[in-house]
Amino acid sequence: MMKSKADEEDYWNSSKYNAFTFDDADDELSALKETKKAVNSIGPLLAEDGEEDWERVSWSGEPVGSISWSVKEMAASNQRADREPAFPKISTETPSLGKSQSGISLSSLFKGKPKGGNLQTFNDVLGDPSLRLYTPELRKPKSEYKDLVSDWSAEETVQRLQQGKGVTLEKFRSLQDKLLLLDLAVAAHDGNAITAVLIYLKRTLCKEVLFRELESRQTALRHFIHYLTENREQRLLLELLRALGRTEEAALLQYKDYKNIADENKRRDFLKSCLSLQFGGEDGNHVQDHYTLLERQIIIEAADRKAEREGKLEVFQKFPRKASILNMPLITTLYYCCFYHYNEPEGTFSSPLNVRQTFKISEKQYFTTALAARAKLKNWTDVDAMFNSRNWLGFSKKKSPLSFQRVVDILQKNSAPTRVLQEYVGLVSDAELRIGLAQKHKCHDIVINTYRDMKDRQQLAEYRKKVERGSAEERKIDELLSNQQIRWKN
Amino acid sequence: MAHSARRDSPELPDLSLLKRLVRDQLIYLLEQQHEVDKLYKVEHKPIVSISDQICFLIRPRMQTVKWICDVVNADKAAGKFRRYKIIFTPQKFYACEAVLEEQGVFGDVTTDEWAFYLLPLDEDIISLELPEFFRDNFLAGDQRWVRTAGSALHLLHSLFGPFSKVYGIGRCSKMTYESWREQVEQGEQKARHAEIGNVFLIDRDVDFVTPLCSQVVYEGLVDDIFRIKCGCVEFGPEVTSSDKSIKVMLNSQDKVFNEIRNEHFSNVFGFLSQKARNLQTAYDKRRGMDIQQMKTFVSEELKGLKQEHRLLSLHISASESIMKKKTKQDFQELLKTEHCLLEGFEIRECISFIEEHINRQVSMIESLRLLCLLSVTENALCVIRSVSCAGFRQSYGADHLLTFSNLRQLGLLVEQQPGETLTVMESKVGKLVNDRTAVKLTDAFSSLAKKSHFRALSKKLNLVPKSDEEYDLRVPRDMAYIFSGAYIPLSCKIIEQVLERDGWTGLEEVTRLINGHEFAVTGKIPGKFLRIILVMFLGGCTFSEISALRFLGKERGYKFIVVTTAITNSSRLLEALLDNNV
Repeated sequence: MMKSKADEEDYWNSSKYNAFTFDDADDELSALKETKKAVNSIGPLLAEDGEEDWERVSWSGEPVGSISWSVKEMAASNQRADREPAFPKISTETPSLGKSQSGISLSSLFKGKPKGGNLQTFNDVLGDPSLRLYTPELRKPKSEYKDLVSDWSAEETVQRLQQGKGVTLEKFRSLQDKLLLLDLAVAAHDGNAITAVLIYLKRTLCKEVLFRELESRQTALRHFIHYLTENREQRLLLELLRALGRTEEAALLQYKDYKNIADENKRRDFLKSCLSLQFGGEDGNHVQDHYTLLERQIIIEAADRKAEREGKLEVFQKFPRKASILNMPLITTLYYCCFYHYNEPEGTFSSPLNVRQTFKISEKQYFTTALAARAKLKNWTDVDAMFNSRNWLGFSKKKSPLSFQRVVDILQKNSAPTRVLQEYVGLVSDAELRIGLAQKHKCHDIVINTYRDMKDRQQLAEYRKKVERGSAEERKIDELLSNQQIRWKN
Repeated sequence: MAHSARRDSPELPDLSLLKRLVRDQLIYLLEQQHEVDKLYKVEHKPIVSISDQICFLIRPRMQTVKWICDVVNADKAAGKFRRYKIIFTPQKFYACEAVLEEQGVFGDVTTDEWAFYLLPLDEDIISLELPEFFRDNFLAGDQRWVRTAGSALHLLHSLFGPFSKVYGIGRCSKMTYESWREQVEQGEQKARHAEIGNVFLIDRDVDFVTPLCSQVVYEGLVDDIFRIKCGCVEFGPEVTSSDKSIKVMLNSQDKVFNEIRNEHFSNVFGFLSQKARNLQTAYDKRRGMDIQQMKTFVSEELKGLKQEHRLLSLHISASESIMKKKTKQDFQELLKTEHCLLEGFEIRECISFIEEHINRQVSMIESLRLLCLLSVTENALCVIRSVSCAGFRQSYGADHLLTFSNLRQLGLLVEQQPGETLTVMESKVGKLVNDRTAVKLTDAFSSLAKKSHFRALSKKLNLVPKSDEEYDLRVPRDMAYIFSGAYIPLSCKIIEQVLERDGWTGLEEVTRLINGHEFAVTGKIPGKFLRIILVMFLGGCTFSEISALRFLGKERGYKFIVVTTAITNSSRLLEALLDNNV
């Protein structure tokens, strides 16, 4: 028992200053503390010794743990006992210890110590010279020092955890003691201490009990989940989530694993196995879509790779594929299909219409994607055809689910020639917007006609200066300006 | 800044002290202790070194520790005998040591700590450089950094305190205050001349709207586009107009930058060209000088002028590059949409803009940002949920299922009961989403996932100035100038109000809408009222917010020192919530 405690002690106190000596000197314990102490004491030192001196004193000068240091510390601790706290405590909404924990009252009865005001308790302890936590430890014989270690109460242990000091948790063996430790750590808002206790609890409690107790302790539970996530203890985490009835989270967690599967066929099979999981809300449908999409991508990829290699299809030679379509988002896949498989009958897997149907892609979305793909190929006939619709009298009219302004934008980004742009700029209904776009894309005719329609003589005359001298546009403007029949507004 | 600042603003304390402190400790740890002569970046790969002692300087992350364990175990298997040392900064975590133990290398590897809490980025900005704080604390609900924040505050308190008043809002702020208070009580205290009077602690989740907005003051814009790291930016070839990139420190030492950093971008060009003219005049002075004057000019002025010249051309190129990039992505339209969302105006148009943005697969983070902004300002995605969230996954990949789950947990993308105006299809999908999953999740994270009441807050605090008045960005009249006069950042407005009222009295409605956890405490040691205020952002703050606080300081005669766990912006905020890092 004694020995195991000592081992535990070494465990939490990796050596500090004698870095590569690998001996287990007792004074390891104090090292960390003194580093901290040194930082803390810089303020006062600064005031006393002036700016030039503090560097020497704190880091490289005086050997830490020397007499003068301990004197200072003792002095400080004596002061502390009778000083009033400088700042008031404010209530942070951690569950009160008594409420969340059934065992506490019992154990506290036996110990006869007041709970709650743990700071008070700690101060009491500090006042007691035999329990001073700092330098005196260095000078104590080994045996006495070990007795001290085992004497730390739950409050003191959590305090030490917070300060990053060595602790031994092995003495907290009853469930009540363990939970008290956990609740104290939670009350201290120190995630590091909470996790340290949780690691100990995980090692010394069976899953059922641990999970049960965590359920009523949300803060600790979150820390535990985060610890397991970071430590990649997937299986235990899944068990925990299921035990808590958080099946949707468990499902997401399991689904997430697909990222670790590189082979597309294995990934597809994995996704298929995920379909039976209990997802929340819409998520199930999305996983279904994810699976269907990958399945389809695998088929398309195999066929297209073959077609590309055999060189039978012109489009693959003219526009070699830059990357495989596997694992691309749905819209990228649709774009790909619009690019390489635009005119295929709806029955094939790679037909854009089939993709649209299967994944219920909105008209607007489909239109945007198809437009961009056909424009990229500079297939202006296909582009033109997309807008055609006939009314009941059989007249054809250009219609678009997208604003024509946006259409122009997409076409222009795919470097459509002015001839093509002009047609769509002309369809923008708002005159101001139309003129703006027409000027930007140098569609002179539209600018001129719009000004004519607006009967804006001044603007037209102004625009004459912008067109090339002696060009057809200039002549057209001159004609209009000299036209007597137009009733200009200015 | 065009307006005149109050003259009675106090002087800032010298923060460079912090740098010297940690530098000396590191040198001590490395040299005197371990005779380190070379540093490597820790990656998951074998270490090629003939040295038989290896020292790692790392953040306390379990993943990194695992990599080190792999290195050690590989060495052991190869029969190589080495000694290993891990220096954790700013502190070690028990979980990391547990990894060492589990992997059977405890003892082979020894550990140490480098108490590097605070990096002063500028004379009024200090960073903890802990970007993971945001995700760990607000998403995972892990309080491991609370003590760290408390210790950082404690360090500042012992160097520049004692503080006389502490205000705060947010769960994490409260816990940080408590942790700091306990550390103060456990440590010794000496009466000294206080250089920082008041402290304000604020959680990032008090205000998600501000960091989601596009930044338009120069420093923020530079951060959005080029990403400032540790106060340093790398300008690529498009700025330097050569084939090399250059790294530039951006702080108040850069005289040109210092004048434009807080300016709205529309003023920057004017400033720079005025500056260029002044520079020309200064150069021209040398005409008609006699030898003696010329000698003085060369020895005294020329070097400064040349330096200024270099900086000037750098910032002009950077501005040009910003203009080019922003024109390309229809920045104007994007800003218009953001402003409409902030104002709660023409929401339908905003939604169709966002949808198109998604449909066209334009920048994923940008789309996500707009979706979240819509959600936190409107408090629901009731109208577009079915189309946009599904559309988002269609456009950017199925794995965003997990991203959305994260956003939901954090309350950044909340789905609400569909309203009456919804189509049959929309409400059908809506019901699917609003089943018990969402409820359960919200229950489990009730403290984290909270409803946004932006609209009500905005009305209560007048965050959106009336749009019918012309806003002259050259003569800003309030903090709204940092968002083109469209919106006063919520976080900064709260700070302003609390300082004005010296507490939370009269702000009960506001704190209720924010979800409470506000506090205001006065120290027992009576301190002089000092107008130097330390504002600590837990979870990150943006350069725009810092600019707003600088403006507020000038108006009211305060000086703000901003302490943040990290500098953030919309991209960093959202990238932290993507699911590819765990």
